[in-house]
Amino acid sequence: MALLRVEELATYFFLDEGELRAVDDVTFEVNEGETVALVGESGCGKTIVAMSILDLVPWPGQIVRGKILFRHEDLRRVTREKLRQSRGGEIGMVFQEPGAALNPVYPIGRQMSEVLQLHRGMSRHEADREAVRVLGGVGIPEPEKRVNAYPFELSGGMRQRAVIAIATCTRPRLLIADEPTTALDVTVQAEILDLMRHLQAQYNMATLLITHDLGVVAEMAQRMLVMYTGKLFELGRTQDLFDDPKHPYTQGLLHSVPRLGAGRDDPLTGIPGAVPDLLQLPGGCTFHPRCKLSDEECVDEFPSMRTLPYGRVCACYKVKDR
Amino acid sequence: MSLLQVSGLKTHFPFGSRWFGERSWVRAVDGVDLGLDRGEVLGLVGESGSGKTTLGRSVLRLVEPTDGSVMLDGVDVLKLGRRRLRPLRQRMQIVFQDPYASLSPRLQIRRIIAEPMRLYRLANKHDESAKVEELLESVGLEPYFMQRYPHEMSGGQRQRIAIARALSCEPDLLVADEPVSALDVSVQAQVLGILLRLQRERGIGLLFISHDLSVVERVADRVAVMYLGRIMEEAPVGDLIHGALHPYTQALLSAVPDPDPEYRRERIRLRGELPSPSEPLRGCPFASRCPEAQQVCLDLTPKLEEKKPGQAVACHLR
Amino acid sequence: MARNARRKRPVRSANPGANPPAGTGGAASAVQAAAPDPALRPFALVPGLAHLMLGRRRRGFHLLFFTLFLLLVVVVRWRAFTDGFSSPALDEWIATRFILTALAACVLFSFLDVHRLTSEQLDAAAAIAKGKSPFRVAIRRFGENKLAVAALYLIVLFYLVAILAPLLAPYDPAAIENPTETQYLGPSLQHLFGTDEFGRDLFSRAVFGARVSLAVGLLAVLVAVTFGTVFGSLAGYFGGVLDNVLMRIVDVIIAIPTFFLLLTLVGVFEANLLALVLILGFTSWTGTARFIRGEILSLKEREFIEAARAIGLPHRLVIFRHLIPNALAPVLVSAALMVGGMIGAEAGLSFLGIGIRPPTPSWGNMMSGGQDALLTYWWIALFPGLLLSSTILAFNLLADGLRDALDPKTLMRRYV
Repeated sequence: MALLRVEELATYFFLDEGELRAVDDVTFEVNEGETVALVGESGCGKTIVAMSILDLVPWPGQIVRGKILFRHEDLRRVTREKLRQSRGGEIGMVFQEPGAALNPVYPIGRQMSEVLQLHRGMSRHEADREAVRVLGGVGIPEPEKRVNAYPFELSGGMRQRAVIAIATCTRPRLLIADEPTTALDVTVQAEILDLMRHLQAQYNMATLLITHDLGVVAEMAQRMLVMYTGKLFELGRTQDLFDDPKHPYTQGLLHSVPRLGAGRDDPLTGIPGAVPDLLQLPGGCTFHPRCKLSDEECVDEFPSMRTLPYGRVCACYKVKDR
Repeated sequence: MSLLQVSGLKTHFPFGSRWFGERSWVRAVDGVDLGLDRGEVLGLVGESGSGKTTLGRSVLRLVEPTDGSVMLDGVDVLKLGRRRLRPLRQRMQIVFQDPYASLSPRLQIRRIIAEPMRLYRLANKHDESAKVEELLESVGLEPYFMQRYPHEMSGGQRQRIAIARALSCEPDLLVADEPVSALDVSVQAQVLGILLRLQRERGIGLLFISHDLSVVERVADRVAVMYLGRIMEEAPVGDLIHGALHPYTQALLSAVPDPDPEYRRERIRLRGELPSPSEPLRGCPFASRCPEAQQVCLDLTPKLEEKKPGQAVACHLR
Repeated sequence: MARNARRKRPVRSANPGANPPAGTGGAASAVQAAAPDPALRPFALVPGLAHLMLGRRRRGFHLLFFTLFLLLVVVVRWRAFTDGFSSPALDEWIATRFILTALAACVLFSFLDVHRLTSEQLDAAAAIAKGKSPFRVAIRRFGENKLAVAALYLIVLFYLVAILAPLLAPYDPAAIENPTETQYLGPSLQHLFGTDEFGRDLFSRAVFGARVSLAVGLLAVLVAVTFGTVFGSLAGYFGGVLDNVLMRIVDVIIAIPTFFLLLTLVGVFEANLLALVLILGFTSWTGTARFIRGEILSLKEREFIEAARAIGLPHRLVIFRHLIPNALAPVLVSAALMVGGMIGAEAGLSFLGIGIRPPTPSWGNMMSGGQDALLTYWWIALFPGLLLSSTILAFNLLADGLRDALDPKTLMRRYV
């Protein structure tokens, strides 16, 4: 059963220069306890998908259509009060910059106990005690001392642990993590990924992991979505997509990532051209100017989704239905 | 004689007020020895706070080092006055990480690329356009980009302009400070390809600074690993990736996520956090986090010594 | 999301000639759709007409409006215009010559611009390849901000009125004739703004008063900004001891209460126009100096400055080619804001009777003249008051528009 189902979501930004389609007809599901990775380069709309789910789309952006079903309830239709409860309650969030997610003028323990009081109805005293426990649970040494630390007193890795602790202290069903390790060093990244896996197993929590790093995807996700210019290009089991990418963009992306230890024999081809400006998208398939397979049929209309075995879908004229 | 020879380089930044309170020093670079030949690529790897960026800038004297020497073809760059340094600047150039910040926003691309040529009189009025065009072509951009402005270009294109600007000096030494980490994944390969092709064609010595070991593996002939302002290990790229000796290098390698869902590296876990670079150093800088640390590591600072042919390590235990 | 703070506009397809967003190489749709017809060139002799025919509506409208305004002044005030030619008075000489020069400039500009446009359109490929400089991007963005353009129109109009005052004023602003018959007349067609207790025509006084207010505002800001910029850039660029010394001087000056200083200085010196400009200018440059210093400090850390140093560019070129052009935009914005403040300050001083003294009219002293009879003879204080506030408002709107148009984020933007 799907915990989260996003249906034909479209989020546009209405700018002076025109309409910017940051997310355009994106459909996917996240099941209970599952990790789904949302992969793409800059401007592919992956962050806006997360913001749309949480109703945090910054102005002048707007969700123009689509459904966001969380436990069968459309989050776009529920009351503000209900939404506020799910946000930070049943849905936790972790953002890229751990510094920006924490309020610099309060100690981290206080920020966490605030969340606990709000969403789990604890008293101040209970919440303070629970905060110590949760901080210890995310691997922060000496949690009794660190609850009183201000964000600036912690290192980047510790800060991200604190953010994760705050996001998960309400035992959410779904964690949305937007580039949670991009700002961190590899050694710290590895620890944070370990922590996320651990918490996920502990609370049977589903994760929507947004990242551009295919290494992180391979390590964490059971299923993945590939987005480009606001559109969904390919979706399927991580293993399948890595073994046999169908979409030329997914193929190109996989050929862009250097693999440690492969040496120089493994060619790093990348994709010619650059990610287009979202205000000047090419017509038809938005990838066709960079695609080596493209021909006349790709120029006019965006390809419809092809359905492939094992719940896999792919938007490409060159991929035939089963 | 090698193109670049860095020895005992230290760059310390003052920290705290000069007149009030205590003044301490951040040891960003704390005694580094390096050599780089013409036509060679030296990868410099480290995490944030390791001092790799400061080292790159110290070599070019964009920050003033505290101590040590930087010899470019036998001339000590650090001993020259401003006036005599200038001709040397032509021979050493830099490509920065963020192409959105490294190009002057109000200048046309033509002027950005031609500025160094004019300064060093490498082109006259007549062949300037032709030379700019040639450089644009060499980084894979059409000639009409000459008339454009940085804000009209994508990140990858801007980074190519930054490379073209650096090369318009016709330098012998190029420092590339994370030249692709700000770019989209699919564009990184293009820019790396261009950088390496030009480096090879022109026989430039390239100091390639990066936090990403898998990128460095593709680019570098030799790799130096930095930690807390010091070199921990230096070796030919293959030896380092496949036979790292230093515990820190090993931990670093084991932490790189692999883009293959079925493959898992065995991970070496590190204790604790990067110590503050402002605290005075005693013993091995890595000792506080090293899984194998022993008493000697806490007492004595290890020297970078050749433990295998071509492979130098700063560790008591190897 | 670099730009989420921007105004929302109704969705519309990118209008022709809209700012082409950071391109990916594929240069599109930057060129006008109108026919590239060199036969239109003769129409440029009427400024703006050819532009309108080419589809350059905005520029055409501005040119046409400006020209028509000047012609209107000449036609309606034909007597004054011809008299002004032979008059020995300097301001009349300037006013008449200004009209002629401005008209000639309009025609010339219009003709040259149309010539350029038509030939550029013939060579469409070259037009595509040519980038848009940040300056042109800013002008375009400013043009799209209707409120700011309206404010600029008002400001230009007021300055024109100030320059052309001797031609526009129907009466001598200082003449007192038959005060018993003409005093305290309400607004009418003869006296648009009414008359004051001496029977002077208030419209004429307001027209001449504009000179004082507007000139003081602009010149004082010029003094303050020039001084502040030099001071601030030196401190910011060279840093160290120099920075410390210069900024402590600024601190000391800021610590002196400006208002009392103003009162004292104005009391000591004869309050003529020049003294007022210098006094206002030198009491308000500190803000600019601090601001510029901050701007330079943050620019100095940017990588393109480092790149310029890595190339080995001498200080002089780093400052003039890379630093100042990028620091100038915020200076312009703050200068526009300051003009409004200065005009207000001058009016305040004149209102208190220590600025420009009657009989020379200024909006401030006109208002003070009306304060005794505010309820009965409301027009005396009302009109100069309205002019004053609309000028200050216009400058604030202009500053807002400039800030939006010059926003460096548009040059460094990155998407989501």
